[in-house]
Amino acid sequence: MTTTLAGAEAGTRDPRAGGAGGAGARGGRRRGSGRGRRRRGPSAYAALVALAALAAVMLIPFLVVVLNAVKTPQEYSTNGPLALPEGVSLEGITAFWERVNFGQVLFNSALICGSVAILAVLLSVLNAYALGIGRIKGRMWVLVVLLLANTLPQEALVYPLYYLSKQVGLYDTRLAVIIVFTVIQSAFGTYLLSSVLAAFPRPLLEAARIDGAGRWQVLWRVVVPVIRPTLAVLVVFFFVWTWNEFLIPLVFLVSNDNQTVSVALGVLQGQRLMDATMSSAASLLGLLPTVVFFLIFQRTLSRGLTAGAIK
Amino acid sequence: MSKRGERLGYLPYLVPGALLFTAVIGVPFLMNLGTSFTEWSGVGTPEWTGLANYKELAGDGEFWASFRHNGLVIVGMALVPTAIGLVLAALLTDLIGRNFGPRVASVLRACVYLPQVLPMVVAGVVWTWLLNPDSGAVNAVLRAAGLDALAHNWLGDPATALWSVMVVMVWVQIGFPLVVFMSGLQRIDPSLYEAAEIDGASWGRRFRHITVPQIRPEIFVVLLWTTIASLKVFAPIYVLTKGGPGGATNVPSYYSYLNFFDKTDVGYGSAISTVLTLIIVALTVVFLRLQGQSSEGER
Repeated sequence: MTTTLAGAEAGTRDPRAGGAGGAGARGGRRRGSGRGRRRRGPSAYAALVALAALAAVMLIPFLVVVLNAVKTPQEYSTNGPLALPEGVSLEGITAFWERVNFGQVLFNSALICGSVAILAVLLSVLNAYALGIGRIKGRMWVLVVLLLANTLPQEALVYPLYYLSKQVGLYDTRLAVIIVFTVIQSAFGTYLLSSVLAAFPRPLLEAARIDGAGRWQVLWRVVVPVIRPTLAVLVVFFFVWTWNEFLIPLVFLVSNDNQTVSVALGVLQGQRLMDATMSSAASLLGLLPTVVFFLIFQRTLSRGLTAGAIK
Repeated sequence: MSKRGERLGYLPYLVPGALLFTAVIGVPFLMNLGTSFTEWSGVGTPEWTGLANYKELAGDGEFWASFRHNGLVIVGMALVPTAIGLVLAALLTDLIGRNFGPRVASVLRACVYLPQVLPMVVAGVVWTWLLNPDSGAVNAVLRAAGLDALAHNWLGDPATALWSVMVVMVWVQIGFPLVVFMSGLQRIDPSLYEAAEIDGASWGRRFRHITVPQIRPEIFVVLLWTTIASLKVFAPIYVLTKGGPGGATNVPSYYSYLNFFDKTDVGYGSAISTVLTLIIVALTVVFLRLQGQSSEGER
């Protein structure tokens, strides 16, 4: 049950990022598949055809994006979006890359998401250490408040945050976005890690204490190494969630040099200044980093999820 | 050391979290609540007006319309994807997985899941371009199929804009319930299905009597989180339609954004986001109650 809990909870806080770890690694473990192969009925074939058709429909937009991102604008206007490209032209891609200074934008996203992922995990560990292992009084209430903070719509925070950041001179800085998302993500991290640490083997802690280790040393030498796989999953999830955020970065990051991938794409799209090939190039450049990221981290994600569940 | 002293020793670890949480979530949330009782343009001193904003909301047709639109977004983002995801998960596990092997099932699942890895904004950019009335692929397909009459300004016509948004959201969202349900189905003992099959139970009966009851907890969680996500939906509206045409796709989150940053009516925007918050929190509580009851009933 904990598997589904960790998996579902981790994914569901932001349904967009959800359960990504499962996409591929889980299929291999299903039992009993060998025996069933003998009796493939007509209904099984019908289901296979229907599902393959659906899979194709889901993939067509990706295919169309890739095909058109490598066309020249002339080719696009004469042959339309459905024709195969005559060759590979990088015109649309370079035009878009230069217009939004995409290298800088990618760097901003990576910097913000990387910092948030690491800082939010650190903060979650500290909080969860006090709540899960320290069993501080009233910890149930703390967890309830954190859960509420997690379901809170960001619309209810965005204006005061915008106003306050202007007051303290953090408006239009990447640091402001890093701070805000560190706190938002750590609310979930604290919630998850508290339950992991509440079940932490006590003898391990006591042995360390007898050896003369203080709380600080116990945390870094005993607790953190044991829960490292879970922390790795959190880092990846926080990174992805922050990468996908839009409203708060849109409000905070107004200058071109600070924008993230999502904001740059969204703002440009809103101005409707792009021609068709540049639009598809923009789509391609927007989706490529996430797809690559998932291909790389899929295994880490599922491994971490199961490791977190074994406790 | 006493037990109490022992516990107090852990308090310092909570200090950074508590300070940051107060500054980033606690104070802004209360400020938003306070501002909702004022008339404020974002500069100068807010003027206390009591419940005036809320009274105005009650009579604001645009506000109510934005909730009606959100109702349809919930259908497109939560209900339809959950229903489709449930059937797909059952088909993939029960029919495909057992007849053609887990590899086929997991490839199909990955295809359906792929849109989920995209940031919402990217999904929006992809679809604005696909749905473009002149140069978009959707109309090109219709024209190529000789269905010129159906070619349409999908996002620009108030009659079809919201439906187009819903279709996009279904495309984005199906993968999420599918993956959660498929991992839930792994809990079920395969011999249950085999026994049912030997007893001659059709696929439909196995679906109704084994699959659905067994993964009810997952259905609850998925419905809760996708419904909350639909209530907060902002990025796709911003990218696809900006709430238009003529407010046809306006939703509360976008409406509050408009009041904050476009109309500089911050008090009114705060009232909208406060109402939205109340609804989401109430929904969470109701769902958690229901979930608690149903899992108690099973025990």
